[in-house]
Amino acid sequence: MSKLLNQSSLSRYDHQIITDWVEPQSRVIDLGCGNGSLLKHLQQTKQVSGYGVELNPLMMDQCIDNGINVIQFNLDQGLGHFDSDSFDTVILSLTLQSMRRPRKLLEEMMRVGRQGIVTFPNFAHWRNRWQIAVGGHMPVSDELPYKWYDTPNIHLCTLNDFHILCEQLGFKIESSIAVRTDGKQTLGLKTMPNLFGEIALCRFTKIA
Amino acid sequence: MTASQTDLDSNPLVEPQEVHFDELLELESKGTLNGYSLTYETYGTLNSDASNALLICHALSGNHHVAGRYDDSGRSYGWWHLLIGPGKPIDTNKFFVVCSNNIGGCNGSTGPSSINPETGKPYGTDFPIVTVKDWVYTQAKLSDHLGIQQWAAVIGGSLGGMQAMQWSITYPERLRHCLVIASASKLNAQNIGFNDVARQAIRTDAEFHNGNFYQHQTSPARGMRVARMIGHITYLSEDMMGQKFGRSLRKKSKFDYEFTPEFEVESYLRYQGDQFINKFDANTYLLMTKALDYFDPAAETNDDLTQALAPAIADFLVISFSSDWRFSPERSREIVRALQSNKLNVSYAEVDCPQGHDSFLLEIDDYTRVMRSYLNRIARESSDAEADHNV
Repeated sequence: MSKLLNQSSLSRYDHQIITDWVEPQSRVIDLGCGNGSLLKHLQQTKQVSGYGVELNPLMMDQCIDNGINVIQFNLDQGLGHFDSDSFDTVILSLTLQSMRRPRKLLEEMMRVGRQGIVTFPNFAHWRNRWQIAVGGHMPVSDELPYKWYDTPNIHLCTLNDFHILCEQLGFKIESSIAVRTDGKQTLGLKTMPNLFGEIALCRFTKIA
Repeated sequence: MTASQTDLDSNPLVEPQEVHFDELLELESKGTLNGYSLTYETYGTLNSDASNALLICHALSGNHHVAGRYDDSGRSYGWWHLLIGPGKPIDTNKFFVVCSNNIGGCNGSTGPSSINPETGKPYGTDFPIVTVKDWVYTQAKLSDHLGIQQWAAVIGGSLGGMQAMQWSITYPERLRHCLVIASASKLNAQNIGFNDVARQAIRTDAEFHNGNFYQHQTSPARGMRVARMIGHITYLSEDMMGQKFGRSLRKKSKFDYEFTPEFEVESYLRYQGDQFINKFDANTYLLMTKALDYFDPAAETNDDLTQALAPAIADFLVISFSSDWRFSPERSREIVRALQSNKLNVSYAEVDCPQGHDSFLLEIDDYTRVMRSYLNRIARESSDAEADHNV
């Protein structure tokens, strides 16, 4: 799943934000964990325990080399593998946009975990808007390098869209941040995250 | 067939060893054995603190000869030699690998074809029913004999995976990792059905003589052949058999309209069956299939596998193969779920390949890469442990 996006163009700036949101010694599951580098980082810096989930067979041995528990299965089949309320944090990093039923997966995340963290490419970034509005074609960017006909990213959304869905699902947004892939902080990013944020990061919980 | 130098080098010569235990063994079936022997082989070198030892558990038709070779013929390689040896995923340059023939077997360890010291004749069907638990107990005795208090890993495929799982339940402190490959926590009705077809083929053969065929200088060869043929079909996948044989005819293009083997698949299965007759004991086959049928650790915990595996503390690697319909991925997922519920460390790979149940014996890229990585992880821990020990 790590090939869904051109991750080499992304700084691991988002990993640092996610790490700040995870409690030390907590139980974490990383859905679409790629080569396991985020979970490895969380194990080393926050002493978390838990599992990574990944479908790509080419990532299995890398996860094992990284010393994480990896479970190979398809997230589109739900999280039936995991008991309800068995994790403190459920992470879905740069994977939501490729899910066949993202809404269902978000519900599943809140079934198995107390807190959810989702990161995704913000489709409302001004460069995407520009490509559609002026160029008249589907955006292709460093983060979303695919053409419309061969992209695995079938459910793209904007930061605003995501907030609306969370509200519908009865989730409370605890934190919401938009970042640039170069990690730079700008005034535009701060005041208009849905326009200037390339990657959106949201942390949410169930409304009790 | 001549073996290449590379093949010979990667499969070093090995000799079986034997140990006798002079104790009354009380079995799960309530049967007893008054003393028993285990035949086993070892590969590689045990390190100074015995932290690099791996136990391999064999499956239905396997034995202690898991790796290496007996001679230069190219025909005497161990049954898992593709994965075990110097530089291979289970690397004998790093690990001390042990595999024993299970009791009830027919390759040296005490079994139905051994002489019963009380009668001076082969046990035959007087040999008691043995179970996975009994095997694990005798393997633990072998561990004591070898001075191995804790295995770096216990590893098994199919029926061998059941033994690895049982180790994690019976002797949780005696293994750090448990590798369960192409296995299940219990057989389903279809699987037991296949086993009984095999048993009936053997037991209804006129040469079976109620299990005492040794005294009649014969063996239920026809029954064994049918048993092996049905087994073999279930170890392959429909796709694999289609690819391998299709509807090809042997050396002809027309039907003979006779009952002689005409299709390639017929002659292949008969050949496999015939090979098996010469090297396997019918009573052992019956015992091994019964052990498979009986294995069900959750039977003692109200069918709750999570509770059955609650004593386990080892880290697990579970692997299944997409085309394995005899021990399907769903059976492995059940094990993974139970381990997760116990909050144990577990990794799970579901290898997409067409080779069916036999996949676990083969070199399949996605499979061997996972095995190699996992075993490397274990090797790193073992060398750390040895370094600490030597300080």
